[in-house]
Amino acid sequence: MATLELRGIHKHYGAAHAVDGIDLTVADGEFLAILGPSGCGKSTTMRMIAGLETPTIGQVLIGDQDVTHLPPRARNVSMVFQSYALYPNMSVAKNIAFPLKARGVPKAERDARVAKAAQTMGITALLERSPVRLSGGEKQKVALARALVRDPALYVFDEPLSSLDAQVRAMARSELRQLHDRTKVTTVYVTHDQLEALGMGDRIAVMKAGRVRQVGTPKELYGAPADTFVAGFLGSPPMNLIAAEGKIIGFRPEGIGVSRAGTPVASDQFAVTARIVELEFLGSTWQIYAVQGAGEAAQKFIAHVSPQVVTTLEVGSDHVFTVPRAELHLFDAKTGLRVTA
Amino acid sequence: MRYVRKSGFYLGLFLFALFSVFPVAWMVITAFKEDSDLYNVDNNPFLYNLPPTLKHIEYLFTSTHYPTFLWNSLFIGVLVVVITLVLAVPAAYSLARLVGRWGERSGIAVFLVYLIPPTLLFIPLYQLISFAHAANTVWALVLVYPTITVPFCTWLLLGFFKSIPRDLEDAAMTDGCSRWQAFRRVSLPLAMPGIATCVVFAFALSLSDYIYAASFVSSTAARTVSAGVPIELIRGDIYFWQSLMAAGAIVAIPLAIAYGLLFNKLVKGFAATSG
Amino acid sequence: MNAVPQADARLGVGDRPGLLGVLMLSPALLYIVLLVAVPFFIAIALSMASATVGAPGVHGFVGFQNYVAAVHEPEFLMGLRNSVIVTVATVVLILIFATIESELLARDFRGKWLFQILIILPWAMPVSLAAVNWLWLLDSQFSPIDWLFRHLGLLGPGTIWGPQMHLYYYGQEWLGLASITLINVWRILPLATVIVLAGRVSIPADILEQAQVDGAGIFRTLFQISIPAMFPILVVATMFAALLVFGDMAIVAITTRGGPGYATQLLPFWAYEKGIEGGALSQGAAIALFMFPVLLAGAIWALRAAYRSQTR
Repeated sequence: MATLELRGIHKHYGAAHAVDGIDLTVADGEFLAILGPSGCGKSTTMRMIAGLETPTIGQVLIGDQDVTHLPPRARNVSMVFQSYALYPNMSVAKNIAFPLKARGVPKAERDARVAKAAQTMGITALLERSPVRLSGGEKQKVALARALVRDPALYVFDEPLSSLDAQVRAMARSELRQLHDRTKVTTVYVTHDQLEALGMGDRIAVMKAGRVRQVGTPKELYGAPADTFVAGFLGSPPMNLIAAEGKIIGFRPEGIGVSRAGTPVASDQFAVTARIVELEFLGSTWQIYAVQGAGEAAQKFIAHVSPQVVTTLEVGSDHVFTVPRAELHLFDAKTGLRVTA
Repeated sequence: MRYVRKSGFYLGLFLFALFSVFPVAWMVITAFKEDSDLYNVDNNPFLYNLPPTLKHIEYLFTSTHYPTFLWNSLFIGVLVVVITLVLAVPAAYSLARLVGRWGERSGIAVFLVYLIPPTLLFIPLYQLISFAHAANTVWALVLVYPTITVPFCTWLLLGFFKSIPRDLEDAAMTDGCSRWQAFRRVSLPLAMPGIATCVVFAFALSLSDYIYAASFVSSTAARTVSAGVPIELIRGDIYFWQSLMAAGAIVAIPLAIAYGLLFNKLVKGFAATSG
Repeated sequence: MNAVPQADARLGVGDRPGLLGVLMLSPALLYIVLLVAVPFFIAIALSMASATVGAPGVHGFVGFQNYVAAVHEPEFLMGLRNSVIVTVATVVLILIFATIESELLARDFRGKWLFQILIILPWAMPVSLAAVNWLWLLDSQFSPIDWLFRHLGLLGPGTIWGPQMHLYYYGQEWLGLASITLINVWRILPLATVIVLAGRVSIPADILEQAQVDGAGIFRTLFQISIPAMFPILVVATMFAALLVFGDMAIVAITTRGGPGYATQLLPFWAYEKGIEGGALSQGAAIALFMFPVLLAGAIWALRAAYRSQTR
């Protein structure tokens, strides 16, 4: 159990700055998700936490101890890899026992711990199998068992669910979170999947181009994104962003009113006149693809409406889309940073 | 059409096997022949016109130094394999993982070392061996054969280590290993097919060499099969054909069985260099 | 349960990749420098000196005189020509055979293990013993091949190759070179097949299946899918084969000994005869050194081609 602190971390590969100044604190027992597109530096950050890379500038502290120049083995960090990195030449049991063996834990205790970890993950039946013959979900469980068998101070997860099928993934997500709630070990979870970050993280750090754009609880990030990047990254589909009134205006697809062109608009409403390009049936709602303007200046956005509303709409013609002004998010047109109205 | 394709397939197998085996079969047939059977142009050479005899093989083992040659070849081969692995395995891992970009790309440079022909090196090497007082001993060959095997095996293993996912070593390090332990406990066991290929190659190359064996060693006691058989079993113009053929077959057949059973491993060993 | 002990946090050599890398590399590097690089430069120095067996060592600098002298000898030019002919012919034949053989071996069939043992047989034979094997197989009097030809009505009085009773394989310029080529093909084909098969099995099965679905026949698949995909490893196989043929002197030393005259002389054997048997160390070194730029240029060209095809 420990806190984690990153102080002014930079990682440069020649002229390329993979990580460009990160300050981050993770509280004891907290589950922090690092979210960002590929190439944003999140994996490099995680590798520096685990000790697989050394920062060019800056410090890593685990439980108030400066571990910046300690090798991975001396950090007591458990890491789960995207590929699971199961040792193909060892059985599942040997894989799980490996971290204990590397630390010189006696055999009897090793066996007991392996059995317990396997039980926790529900893979006791797989112990004698070769990891080569396991399914993706089974591999992931073995990798988790190997991570938790040794009571680490910190877990780091590198997209551990990204190679699973969609169905298995949802299950694994909740299992992972339950595991954390039981063990209360500080966890850093790297992902490019906002559903995982929103669903599991106590807090989320959104990264882009080697920097952290915003840190906060999922509700904070969703409710008040700090800039257009965060706004455009969270939510499915994400927040609509269109240039209007000298700013960038953001609004969620939900809660948008649609009426025929020419309908008068109340003053507390923000209105956009746009052409409906396509209607998509999503089950409980319909998804509208709308375009305002034409050519280079065209701006696209998405609205979700109820089936009743759809019957009044016509693909190919202009409609008025309204959003209550209180629900708008405003961003500076140049910097993209959030501004208050 | 299927039938044609299938018989074409088996015809292909037959022809390749025939090409490969025919000369060795001729060796085996010859080895058991009486002189008067062998040296008669009118006899069918593929048949025993006189009953087969073991006397030439007996001669080979009792009246020539062939057993010494065999022992020397085995002794040198095993030592060369050990030295090669001790030098090449760490070097290949170091190039693949530890010394940075230029190391990973040094495969070509390593291969170029292998290109320097023995005919070029053996004059200076001979002087070196005389200097080390190793001339005319098996140690001369133990010392120089790694010049052939080390570059080759380093090149092969470099490809092999590069093909092992980095994640596995990273996992081992976060699991509590140092860099060295990650190599020893995870990468090394995974490189076994490559190492097996290297063992076979180092042995085969050291067994097969003729130039060094023929020019660095002139005393019978230190000769290898490769040099000893053609030099000492051919006396001037007199060829002891049956014994000569037996000498070749006795070496080749057991090794072919060993290499043949390792065939798929050898293929795997090379597969890593192409990726 | 007790707490899991912490890993030993003391830093050792094993934690410093740079230092560990140097330590792991240096034994091999040191060996190669001492026994390959230094002798290589001594050989270059030697080739520009006037050393003989009677007076070894590098003294009496003569510049490129040894090279000039070497080029003016007919044996050298013949050796160079023959070495190139034998190498090219062997490599071409081996590439064709190895590609076909690896196609066969890429399939599963009963008794494959036995087939693998049979085809690797030549490679299990030391080169010199293989040469002895073929010396007897193509003997001027007792060759069983000649016997077969005679019984097939190809050899002997009144036949197309007659009236002689024997072909005298090692006694004629072109037949001698062809025999040397054949022995080389025989002994190197197993290795080439292993290498090419390694490339063949690395081709993803779905690409080949896609080609089948697209209606490509055996030959179209082979020439348009398999061979381009195997190109880098074919280059490796080519280099191995070329190197083994070009650098070898055992076969010619045991079979034709360069004869008749010097009609089947090869460069490495000429360097050996001149330098060691003839005692002119410096001239031998100069002849041997001629081979190096040829090999180097060939290897660099081939590896670049392989590299380019991989990154394309």
